[in-house]
Amino acid sequence: MMSAVAALLAKELTLELRTRESVPSMVLFSIATYVVFHFGLDRDRVTGDLASGVLWVTLLFSAILGVNRLFVAEYEQGGFDGFLLAPVDRTALLVAKALTLFAFLGIVELVAVPAFALLLLGPPLTQALPQLVLVLALANAGIAVIGTLVAGLAIQTRARDLIVPLIALPLLVPVLLAAARCATPLLSDGGAGALPGNWLAILAIYDLLFALIAYAVFDFLLED
Amino acid sequence: MLTLAFALVFFYAPNDADQGFIFKIFYVHVPLAIVALVGFVVAAVFGALHLRSQESKWDMRSYVTIHISVIFAVGVLVTGSIWARASWGHWFVWDEPMLVSFLIVFLLYATYWPLRFSIEDKEKQSRYASVFAIVAGAFVPLNFAAVRMAESFTHPQTATTTTSAPASVTLTFLVALAGMALLFVTLCKYEMASKHATFRLRALRRRLAGDEDELSMTGRSAAPQL
Repeated sequence: MMSAVAALLAKELTLELRTRESVPSMVLFSIATYVVFHFGLDRDRVTGDLASGVLWVTLLFSAILGVNRLFVAEYEQGGFDGFLLAPVDRTALLVAKALTLFAFLGIVELVAVPAFALLLLGPPLTQALPQLVLVLALANAGIAVIGTLVAGLAIQTRARDLIVPLIALPLLVPVLLAAARCATPLLSDGGAGALPGNWLAILAIYDLLFALIAYAVFDFLLED
Repeated sequence: MLTLAFALVFFYAPNDADQGFIFKIFYVHVPLAIVALVGFVVAAVFGALHLRSQESKWDMRSYVTIHISVIFAVGVLVTGSIWARASWGHWFVWDEPMLVSFLIVFLLYATYWPLRFSIEDKEKQSRYASVFAIVAGAFVPLNFAAVRMAESFTHPQTATTTTSAPASVTLTFLVALAGMALLFVTLCKYEMASKHATFRLRALRRRLAGDEDELSMTGRSAAPQL
């Protein structure tokens, strides 16, 4: 199981390094979204809940781009059949894909969050960084799990690009809500406030529950 | 049953002290909402049974339950807006956890048909639809828990309303709830019967036509086939 996950993860990362398909477009998309927000809101700097909202909406939409591409290579090149022929647990694919998406999101945020601080954010980010990394990690875990599930659900459909955001966005609303509430005190003027513990707990519980649901139903998405 | 409930609503239950007559929409809105949400969860159970047994009748039940629940959900949103307009002065209030989470659930389930329509293979279609039903059914209570923890508690909560309310209100509410649940079950049974009849008819026609134009007969439908 572990070695299968490691092999699949290595395959994903090599593929991304060679083709550079998802991550660069996600980064570019998020920066373009900041520009759109700048003109849409007509603000030079944002703070507090507005900053948190802008950041999370941007990250969420760029995550949807990654989710859309997640299984495309498998689907088009017959990777599913190859995987099903291999004598490994099917959950390995779920875990590997979720970890891939988690890694992609992390890399995107390495660029997108500093860019946000540079372009739009009012108060300096340095103090709040450790807490923000915690919130980002928890939210990324949720997006990764739900994104993998939705991508697996939508890959066989004709209108994949339409189905993914339609299903993923409602499912991700609680993640967005909790993450935005967590990040609000971190991005407000006058220094970083304390993290709201209950929102962090909601985020963690939501991640955990959806991981269990995904584990329970993912096998059926691969049957053929 | 439903007629009895409506009769009770109009002639028996007292008007609310500060909301007046409009409070009576409560007896439609809340049972509708409860029945629709329970319907979503039941659909998830049917979906799980379908995945376990691979029998298409469970997929059909899941499909029909979601169908009727979504129709009920539209009713909930409409009656909820009317009530909100009358008692809060706005059609939609964003800091209402119940309203917002119901809208999210409705939006999620509205994608059930695009999902079904865009998968060609029948067997795959029903399997994916069942997975969707399970995921979405599990999402319903989670979403409500999450959004409810988020916000103010100004929405009239069902539990507190019924416990602190006079007996006449409780009785009317329970009758309305039972009536709505029966309506739901009846509608589900009716739709199933109609689907069965359609399939029987189609099969007979196909036999009459001598299996010549089998494909053109099935038409374009995302409903599960038997």
